[in-house]
Amino acid sequence: MALRVARKLAGLVATLLATSFIIFGAAYAAPGDPVTFLAGGKENLTPEYLAAVRAQYHLDDPFSVQYGRWLWDALNGDLGRSFQYNDEVLDLLAARLPTTLGLVAYATVLFVVIGVALGVLAAVRGGRTDSTVVAGTTFATSVPPFVAATALISVFGVQLGWFPVAGGGSFTHLTLPAITLALGAVAIISRVTRQAMVEQRELDHVTVARASGLAERLIVVRHVFRGALGPVVTMCGLVSAGMLAGTVTVETVFGLSGIGSLLVGAINTHDFPVTQAVLLLMVVAYITVTTLVELAQPLIDPRARIERSRA
Amino acid sequence: MLLSVEDLTLEAGGRRPILRDVALQVRRGEIVGLVGESGSGKSTIARAVLRLLPQGARVSGRVLVGGEDVLTMDDARLRALRASDVSMIYQDPRSSLNPVRRIGDFLTERMILTLGRPAAEARSRAAELLAAVGMRDPERRLRQYPHELSGGMLQRVVIAAALAADPALILADEATSALDVTTQAETLALLRTVQAERGLGMLFITHDLHLASAFCDRVHVLYAGTVVESRPAADLFADPRHPYTAGLLGCTPELGDPRPLRPIPGRPPSLDDLLPGCPFSPRCPHAEAECETWAPRPVAVEGGVAACRLIPVAVQERSPV
Ligand SMILES: Nc1ncnc2c1ncn2[C@@H]1O[C@H](COP(=O)(O)OP(=O)(O)O)[C@@H](O)[C@H]1O
Ligand SMILES: [Mg+2]
Repeated sequence: MALRVARKLAGLVATLLATSFIIFGAAYAAPGDPVTFLAGGKENLTPEYLAAVRAQYHLDDPFSVQYGRWLWDALNGDLGRSFQYNDEVLDLLAARLPTTLGLVAYATVLFVVIGVALGVLAAVRGGRTDSTVVAGTTFATSVPPFVAATALISVFGVQLGWFPVAGGGSFTHLTLPAITLALGAVAIISRVTRQAMVEQRELDHVTVARASGLAERLIVVRHVFRGALGPVVTMCGLVSAGMLAGTVTVETVFGLSGIGSLLVGAINTHDFPVTQAVLLLMVVAYITVTTLVELAQPLIDPRARIERSRA
Repeated sequence: MLLSVEDLTLEAGGRRPILRDVALQVRRGEIVGLVGESGSGKSTIARAVLRLLPQGARVSGRVLVGGEDVLTMDDARLRALRASDVSMIYQDPRSSLNPVRRIGDFLTERMILTLGRPAAEARSRAAELLAAVGMRDPERRLRQYPHELSGGMLQRVVIAAALAADPALILADEATSALDVTTQAETLALLRTVQAERGLGMLFITHDLHLASAFCDRVHVLYAGTVVESRPAADLFADPRHPYTAGLLGCTPELGDPRPLRPIPGRPPSLDDLLPGCPFSPRCPHAEAECETWAPRPVAVEGGVAACRLIPVAVQERSPV
C-alpha cells in the first residue's frame, strides 16, 4: 500500500517536471524577442539600454540556467514578475482565479446535472427520446464554442436581454459563458451515461433484481445507474479537469477577466512568466482532478479496493 | 396445484417457437425435474413462470401459479408474485449479485423495498437466513461484498435470498451446475433440506438426467422446446420410453456398466431448424418416414406421458396378450 502511494507520488512529480520543462522550453523557443516588449515597445532604443534590460531579466543566461532558476523559484512560491503588468505573477493569478474557478464550477454543475439527466433519460425511455438526445448532443458537439457563444449572446443577451453580454463579477454574468463551456461536455457526459446504463441494464443481476419483484424505477436507481456510476464519474472528472483550458476561448469571447483571458494576453505580449505560470497551473489542476477521480474509484467500486491492496 | 403450465407456446423471432405446447405441473412439497440439452428452452420455461419473457415474444397458453395466470395478471400483482410467491435460483451466483453492493443489501433489498419490512427487522432476518443456509458468522457476511466470497458461499447467499419472502415455489435453474463437485453436493443437500423443511414446491432444472432422477420426484424431459417425456423419476430412469430419454441415459458413463457409450448422433437443433414433425426424428435411431410429419402429442405410458409416435406399437408388442 505504502509502496503504491510512493510510486504514484513519484509518477506525479515526474509528470509535473516533464510538463514544466515543456512549458518553459516552448516559451523560450517561441518566436519574437521579449526585450522589445519589456522595453515598452519604444523606438530607437540604445543597445546599452536593451543590454541592461536583458541582464535585469537574466535573458542572456543559457537555457538550462534559466530553467533551473525558474523551477527553483516556482517551487519556493515565486513565479516571477509579469513583464507586462510589472506585478507579481502570483498576485495576478490570485486576482483572476476566482472568476475562472467560478466559471468552471458553474459549467461543471451544469454539464454534470444536464448531461447525466439526458443520458439516463435516453437509456431509460429509449425510442424517440433516445434518438432525440443523441441527435441533439451530436449537434451540440459539432458547434464550435465561439459560434455557440455568439448565438447565445445574440439570443439571450441582446434580443431577450436576460443576461449581461460581457464583463464579470456576478452569477448572471457567468451564466452564458458557463453554458457555452458546458455545451460540448453535456454531449460527452450524456453519451457516456447512456452507454454505461445500456451496458449495465443487460447484466444478469439486474434481471435477478427484476425477478425479485423490485419496481422498475428502483432497479434503474439502485442497480443500473449505480453500476454506471464508475465510468460516469471518471468521465465527469476528466472533462471538468480539461475545462480550465476551455476557458481561454470563452473568457475572451465574453470579456471575462480570468485565467484564460490572462493567458491569451500573456501570449500576445510575450509575457513569459505569466504564460508559463498559467500553463503550469492548468497542468497542475488537471493532474490534481484526475488523481482525485482515481482515488474516488474504490469508493464507487469495492472491487478496486482489493486490487489496490494486492498491488 | 402450485404451478401448472398449460399449452405454453413461445415464439421470439426464430423459424420455430422456443417452446411448443409445454405442459408441466408442480405440487406443493414436490421436486419436479426439468431436463434437456443446452438451448432446449429450460431457462425460458423458468423465466416464463415469472413472466420474464424475451423481447418481442409472442406467448400463448397459461402459466398458473396458485390458480392465477401469470401471463395476464396486472403489473402490481406480478411484482407481488415475484416478491413473495415464487423465487428463482440461478446458475451463476457470481453474476446474480450486484458486484458493488454488499451481501446484506442483496438480502434485505427484497424484504425492505418490495415487502415493506422495517430495515432492522429485515437485517436480523437476513442474518437468520444466512445461518439457516449454513454460513458461519452471518453478521460479518452481511457486510462483505460478493467478490470476497467463493462461488459455493454465494450460491448459499442466493438460496438464502430466495427463502427471504417465504415463497411457495422455487425455480432452481442449473443451481449447482457452475459449482465444483463437493460444493455441488453440499448445495444439493441444502436445497433438499430447505425444500423439505418448508414444504416447498421446486422446479429443478438441470442438463444432467442422472442427477434429476436422483434428486426429483418427477422429471420432464425437454427437447427443442417440446416436453418429450414426463414421468416419475424412478420409472423414467429404469425404463425410458422416449428414444431421446433413452439416448440421454445411454450417453452418460456409469460405473460398472460394461456397455459402450452411445452418443446421440447429430447435433441439438437450433432455432433456425424447422421441425414440422417430431423434433427428435432427424436424430432418432427408430425414426420412420411418418415421424417427420407427426405432430408430437403426449401418449399415456406407465406413470406419465411420452410424446413418441412409436409408443403404442411398443406397448402392444410388450403387452402379454
Ligand atoms: N431473449 C431471447 N431472445 C431470443 N431468443 C432467446 C432468448 N433467450 C433464449 N433464447 C433462445 O431460446 C432457446 C432456449 O434457450 P434457453 O431457455 O436459455 O435454453 P436452456 O436453458 O435449455 O439452455 C435458445 O435457442 C436461445 O437461443
Ligand atoms: Mg439455461
